Amino acid sequence: MRDFILKRVAALLLPFIQMYGLYVILHGHVSPGGSFAGGIVVGLAFIAFTTIYGLERGRAKVPEKVTTLVESYGTLWYGIMGMVGIFKGAPFLANKIAGIDLGELGALSSGGLIGLIGLGVGIRVASTMITLFSTMMEEES
Amino acid sequence: MGFTAVDYGTMVMLLILIAASLAMYFIKDLLHAVIVYGAYSLIMALVWLQMNTPDIAITEAAAGIAMTVLMMVVISRTSRKED
Repeated sequence: MRDFILKRVAALLLPFIQMYGLYVILHGHVSPGGSFAGGIVVGLAFIAFTTIYGLERGRAKVPEKVTTLVESYGTLWYGIMGMVGIFKGAPFLANKIAGIDLGELGALSSGGLIGLIGLGVGIRVASTMITLFSTMMEEES
Repeated sequence: MGFTAVDYGTMVMLLILIAASLAMYFIKDLLHAVIVYGAYSLIMALVWLQMNTPDIAITEAAAGIAMTVLMMVVISRTSRKED
């Protein structure tokens, strides 16, 4: 797996794959896709990097400390975004009732809090995929 | 109207799904089973697209690739033949 052509092609393609994953995450409420699918795409980009460039460089790119923090705070972010409704005097996870301006129908900001919630869920799914992969790679056969 | 029959293309894809899942059960070589699972996932994504749910189609394609990669890693770390 230490191939020159593979490394150059991966260096060209991986930024676009990650950008596509972030696009799918952020446009989850106005177009097909969502935070789960986009998060898996972002995670697969890091998995491809680890597979091609080796486990050490992949670990240097995303250390275990970072994945632990992202997994915890991604879930906490969901809760914080839900508490916005309660602080506004509306039910948990309230969006339009809480007084958030949804704007024009079909625009990116028309989801209100859903885009922000999806960002938290997306990076959490991505770091879960990375953790699963590196746990399996590090295990002694 | 209540029940609508699926068209012939979707019917063929559903038959391929049944054949692929039976094959995954009976194949003893785990690497071949994972390859058949990749084909299963691709056909399943097409079926979701036929049923007008592009959300689930994208999720199925991404999750299918991810699961294929993870199972490949597990096979490379353990034995390839099923006991």
